[in-house]
Amino acid sequence: MAGSGSIQMRDSDDVVLRVENLVMEFPAGLKQVVHAVSDVSFDVCRGETLGIVGESGCGKSTTARALVQLPRPTSGTVTLDPGTDSRVELTDLEGEALRSVRPRVQMIFQDPISSLNPRRRVKDIVGEGLAIWCDEHPDVDVDARVDEVLSAVGLDPVVAASRRPHEFSGGQCQRISIARALAIDPEILICDEPVSALDVSVQAQILNILEEMKERFGLTLVFISHDLSVVRNVSDRVVVMYLGKVCEIGNSDALFSEPAHPYTRVLLASAPEPSTVVDASESAIGDEIPSPINPPSGCRFRTRCPRATELCASQEPVMEEMGPDHFVACHFPSTP
Amino acid sequence: MAVPLLSVADLQVGFATQRGLLRAVDGVSFDLAEGQTLGIVGESGSGKSVTAKTLMNLLPSYARVDGSVTFDGRDVRAMATEGERHFWGVEMTMVFQDPMTSLNPVKKVGEQIAESLRVHLKRSRKEARDEACDLLQQVGIPEPKKRLTQYPHELSGGLRQRVVIAMALACSPRLLIADEPTTALDVTVQKHILDLLDELREERGMAMILITHDLGVVKGRADQIMVMYAGRTMEQADTATLFSEMRHPYTEALLETIPRIDMASHTRLVPIPGNPPDAVDLGPGCPFAQRCRYCSAACLVDQPGLDQHGDGHACACHSPVGTEAGAAAHVSNLETGVTPAGLDMGTFTAAVGETA
Repeated sequence: MAGSGSIQMRDSDDVVLRVENLVMEFPAGLKQVVHAVSDVSFDVCRGETLGIVGESGCGKSTTARALVQLPRPTSGTVTLDPGTDSRVELTDLEGEALRSVRPRVQMIFQDPISSLNPRRRVKDIVGEGLAIWCDEHPDVDVDARVDEVLSAVGLDPVVAASRRPHEFSGGQCQRISIARALAIDPEILICDEPVSALDVSVQAQILNILEEMKERFGLTLVFISHDLSVVRNVSDRVVVMYLGKVCEIGNSDALFSEPAHPYTRVLLASAPEPSTVVDASESAIGDEIPSPINPPSGCRFRTRCPRATELCASQEPVMEEMGPDHFVACHFPSTP
Repeated sequence: MAVPLLSVADLQVGFATQRGLLRAVDGVSFDLAEGQTLGIVGESGSGKSVTAKTLMNLLPSYARVDGSVTFDGRDVRAMATEGERHFWGVEMTMVFQDPMTSLNPVKKVGEQIAESLRVHLKRSRKEARDEACDLLQQVGIPEPKKRLTQYPHELSGGLRQRVVIAMALACSPRLLIADEPTTALDVTVQKHILDLLDELREERGMAMILITHDLGVVKGRADQIMVMYAGRTMEQADTATLFSEMRHPYTEALLETIPRIDMASHTRLVPIPGNPPDAVDLGPGCPFAQRCRYCSAACLVDQPGLDQHGDGHACACHSPVGTEAGAAAHVSNLETGVTPAGLDMGTFTAAVGETA
């Protein structure tokens, strides 16, 4: 399991977000360090949906937050529009310069109810970013824009605008969160488990809205989830993470039809209705995820991996190409 | 089914609120035979957990309960009023959703497992500890001796849920109720826990009620499935029949709305429009009518009864899927473009058209 290596990076003018060698560490007391994200690299093309999938504790949310510099990564770079003259390195920016770039990358969170201020009205919640942004764009009509995004996510602005979050259900609150993120016309929308807290019947509504919004506002999505079937549905490209490292990256079809990394295969076999490309017995691994304070040497997945050998303990695998737009970091990948 | 182990008839549970009576469970009936698994499926607020809590006598005293619950010929509700405490935890036990909150954080796991053995079965301290150690082994916890002396925070989510299962099994219950036992766990762990429950059930010949919001979870595991919505039973059948001859529009909608791993990327999902109804103010008709594409005029005024469709397959619907009435209602709704409940059929046709 390695994020080391950058063979998976694409060299295209279309790349809108590039993350290179991202490292996120947190102090854990007693001079110990939590290695939450270690050397992760990936890129996202314009109009693409990148899915990030993995168990809890694998660093997927930390990666998402590092993209928007909340908090700033320990090392590594996050670059917007890397292939063009207008490239912006978020990791280099500070203060006002960073603030002025922030509208381009917006985020929606898992729990729709706690991510909205219960004391404010919907129109103020959705319009706040816009009102601040307006200082630099005086020609924007805040009320009209709030109405536009609220109706875009399927809420009636006349009814909804003057209400407060407690008057809405979880699914409606998530629509409000999406409207808030869209109000200032972002290029990239980072969705951190946006449907995990919702009922199955409402989940499909939100997923469809995200697809519609992506088309209507020309968005690029980074979509984080632990649910493989949801990630499969929304993503063009998928990153599988384990304990702060990238196991496998590939376009959605290749990765789900020919999973090469043993961990990806475990995930696919563990789903309630397992994928047909893997054998159900492949889900048999231990429950225990090693501590990110003291991760295993070599490949981080080796302690739970059915194929692990001594090589895996001594040497960290490097990203290798398995097929067109399909990369895996494993010494013993499955070959189709 | 010969003699059911558990028989629930016309169970009603209500809570008085300021806005009126909230009907959490409304006329639920089912039978469960020894060694069988019943899957109860539904969204949040459908009454599945309240049903489980009623069986376990865990409802607050202000809940208004009506109907009968019989376990092996004994009246469970009468036992509740008589304070018969050696029934729950011995013959009928429960595993809850969140293993962190269902364990006591300041007691060692060994003591927590031993507690029910000491209280209910009057085991000595040493016997109880030895049995607890055996139980931990049975639920697949490595180094059980060492784990006995640990506190819940020292264990991972999967191990904690195994401890909770060990606690539930301590007195060899005849019925285990598992209320969303894996919702708080990772996918990789979820499968292990469900497999474990299945194995233990088989070994011990125990009956099980598995409550979940995911039809996929019960598909391969339950013998019978009951689909609940707004406190009512929508459809009830053995598992194979339910998946092959689905009758209720809600069951069908639930299955269609979930993305599957083998679907191509960007397959447009068929959502269930709208939101679940307000349980305080359900109105006269079918609670699902507002969101249903098979809705007919009768659905708005007349609450459908649970009709039998043969082989114990019951469905509460005026125009069930796969019948003439259902097809007729669907065609007529497509022609007018809106259902009698005022739902635009376009929300469905657009979605279905793109998937095809």
